Amino acid sequence: MTKMLVANVTDIDARGSRTYRHEELEIAVFKLSDGQIRAVENRCPHKGGKLSEGMVCGTAIHCPLHDWKIDLKTGRVYEPDEGCVTSYETEVDEAGCIYITI
Amino acid sequence: MADKMKLVMVGNGMAGVRALEHLLKLAPGKYEITIFGAEPHPNYNRIMLSSVLAGGTDIKDIVMNDWSWYADNRIRLHAGHTVTRIDTAARKVYSDQCIEADYDTLILATGSRPFMLPLPGADKEGVIGFRDIADCEIMQETARSYKKAVVIGGGLLGLEAARGLLNLGMDATVVHNSANLMNRQLDEPASRMLQAELEAQGMKFLLRKQSEWIYGKKRVKGIRFTDGSEAEADLIVMAVGIKPNVSLAKSAGLAVSRGIVVNDYMETNVPGIYAVGECAEHRGIAYGLVAPLYDQGAVLAKRLAGVETGGYEGSMTSTKLKVSGVDVFSAGEYEETPGTRALRYQDELEGVYKKLVIRNDKLVGAVLFGDTSDGASLFSIMKKGESIKGKEKELLLGFAPGGQTVSPSARLERMADDEIVCGCNGVSKGAIKEAIEDKGCSTVGEIKACNKATGSCGGCKPLVEGLLGLYAGERAGQSVKEGICGCTPLDRDEIVAGLRRLEPATVKEAMVALEWRQPEGCTKCRPSLNYYMGMLWPERYKDEKESRFTNERYHANIQKDGTYSVVPRIYGGVTTPSELKKIAEVAEKYDVPLVKFTGGQRLDLFGVKKEDLPSMWEDLDMPSGHAYGKMLRTVKTCVGNTFCRFGTQDAIGMGIRLEKEFERMNAPAKVKFAVSGCPRNCAEATIKDYGIVAIDGGWELHVGGNGGVHVRATDLLCVVKTEDEVVEWGGAFLQYYRENATWGERTSVWVERVGVDAIKAVLDDPEERKALYGRIKTSLSYINDPWKEIIADKELRKNFEALAVPAPLN
Repeated sequence: MTKMLVANVTDIDARGSRTYRHEELEIAVFKLSDGQIRAVENRCPHKGGKLSEGMVCGTAIHCPLHDWKIDLKTGRVYEPDEGCVTSYETEVDEAGCIYITI
Repeated sequence: MADKMKLVMVGNGMAGVRALEHLLKLAPGKYEITIFGAEPHPNYNRIMLSSVLAGGTDIKDIVMNDWSWYADNRIRLHAGHTVTRIDTAARKVYSDQCIEADYDTLILATGSRPFMLPLPGADKEGVIGFRDIADCEIMQETARSYKKAVVIGGGLLGLEAARGLLNLGMDATVVHNSANLMNRQLDEPASRMLQAELEAQGMKFLLRKQSEWIYGKKRVKGIRFTDGSEAEADLIVMAVGIKPNVSLAKSAGLAVSRGIVVNDYMETNVPGIYAVGECAEHRGIAYGLVAPLYDQGAVLAKRLAGVETGGYEGSMTSTKLKVSGVDVFSAGEYEETPGTRALRYQDELEGVYKKLVIRNDKLVGAVLFGDTSDGASLFSIMKKGESIKGKEKELLLGFAPGGQTVSPSARLERMADDEIVCGCNGVSKGAIKEAIEDKGCSTVGEIKACNKATGSCGGCKPLVEGLLGLYAGERAGQSVKEGICGCTPLDRDEIVAGLRRLEPATVKEAMVALEWRQPEGCTKCRPSLNYYMGMLWPERYKDEKESRFTNERYHANIQKDGTYSVVPRIYGGVTTPSELKKIAEVAEKYDVPLVKFTGGQRLDLFGVKKEDLPSMWEDLDMPSGHAYGKMLRTVKTCVGNTFCRFGTQDAIGMGIRLEKEFERMNAPAKVKFAVSGCPRNCAEATIKDYGIVAIDGGWELHVGGNGGVHVRATDLLCVVKTEDEVVEWGGAFLQYYRENATWGERTSVWVERVGVDAIKAVLDDPEERKALYGRIKTSLSYINDPWKEIIADKELRKNFEALAVPAPLN
């Protein structure tokens, strides 16, 4: 388990995302409209689309390639598609620093 | 990561890797995966080897999972390693190169090898099987210095090998023990027609021959048959059958018969060890064709993912010969036996032969030669096992006797359940039928939500509507009103009326005000609301980039690998040497892997990394071509009277003026213009949203054309005399479209829906026309070039950059 300081909440637009690399992994960090932070592996289980480029709707992300809808908390793909993406634990401290545990 | 289960697979071929692909989808991250493959290649399509041999296909073209696939899925691959021992007690495997691996779960996917006839001399140089890339390479190598090839075995594989050897310039003779080629799949007439066709291609045959021994010194010189005759040979390819690779399993103490014995869940008799593919024997059958092996792989993946599965129940198989110029299909029982009846159609003029074998009114076998187009549908009828009473002749001949044509709905009804209706998403007729009958779908929208049919290009919508009419019965007519998406019951007009009444400031406020079911909407309604609000209040509505698609947010076109493509604006398709130099320099500076001319007379720079986009735009210093949005795209022009001897007007000048006038215009859908300088219409203006065709002394204005999903020729709006009128009428038409069409609706669909006469009636009124033109000019005055905006704004620019690499805390 590795815990890292990755960004400040001000670095990400609401309903927007930023990415970073951790070893072989690319992680997408999202800010929901209520300010909550979510992190998932930046790779749609369908055709590998970059989820960071998709549209944030509520607590889900829509993949930019074929519109798969994925829950950002659980990583679960919504029906009628099936699959799962790895999601990571996020924490935000009082100063707005975002920590992600992988 | 320590709690991951260890999965080891022995074998790196089609069946095993397919099973893992399924597994990765169903349970990503559940297993830590290691693969041992004896061949020094990633997984490739073995079935395509005959195409490699036949020429035209390179070995790298048949790779199904390249090296990066293994890396991307964090699979450790030991390619070129043969596993020599399994310790079932310690749960370990050992390779010939002293690598060992622990497993919790072991998959044996060791495949099979060619059955080599145990003839005296079979160990000589130049005697090979036909199984893998190495065999192909030997054949290619041999063809360079030798001439005569003999293939033993006149079955599917042998004929494909012989055809490949012919292509390599060798003299190919096929030796077969029966009098008929492919006698395990074809009856005599089909077999004879096949032989005649192959002989015409140059293949030679020695039939009813039993091989006795192979002679030669170190290298093969020829083969002798039991009847005393001989054939010279520099190369002998044995293609008499395959043998499952079971020795590893056997030495580990697994139950082995012809193959490794598995139950319906692909489990061997040792817990934790599974077998799949050609090495496995299920209910007494070891399959050698790919379709059943894929079925097995799907079951295995579900089992390993912990997903419910009914198990594997065996497969009915069909074969198709892959030899160019020869179409052969065979499935099920191909010979009549007592209790069966057959229907035959033989046309030696066209070289077509068809036979259906029927038992108890059910189709149990089919042989097709020359025309195999019905193969898939016949096979699906066989698999379903339904009665074909009364339809037999129709199935054989492909049409109802008597010659009457079949109605579209009858054709839909007759379509096989496994036939694909939605090609983009791979949805079969059966899946759509199930959605209607079992899941209660009664609209196209509901079917799309259920299984994605019509969800991509939409080209199959008429078929899906037809199926609704067929299977939904009365429900289809009286279904509830459909909203623009699942988030609201409101349609476009109700939404726009609601927005006008309530005047919300943001998309979110609009959703609250209009009582959306999903608080933040979806990728359909969010961009629509954003568009409608921008159209209604250009002066004060603040466009929300978060409610736009990826392409419109990053102002470039996302590609399948996550890179982008960049199209700068080239007005009217006219450029200069210095502009071209600049584009070339930028392409080189950013290592652009592909530079392509678009269909709209522009240049597309593909494969650009997102973080490079802003600086690339800065270096280009050209306006955005908006090739990515529901906006004005290109204005295609012919050269017009500037150079052309037929040109009647300045098409280029007109095109450039229109493009400068309307660039950056947001619209319900993408909009394309074209200007042709004479009625020869080289700019193809009559399949554009707004197409202008010059005539002597004036301009014809055409609207509502489309050259894409639904090809539609334009309607003529009117003929005008001056360039100013072309601009004003165009602006008025576009604004009327912007104000009235549904988001996502192209002009072609909209014009068809409302009728060109209704549009004409509005635009004919000069005051109305001027007012519309005024409104579009107002809208355009609030929009700036997006590339320049991003270049200058740090806040916008940050979204193109990755976060700085963070330091771990512990």
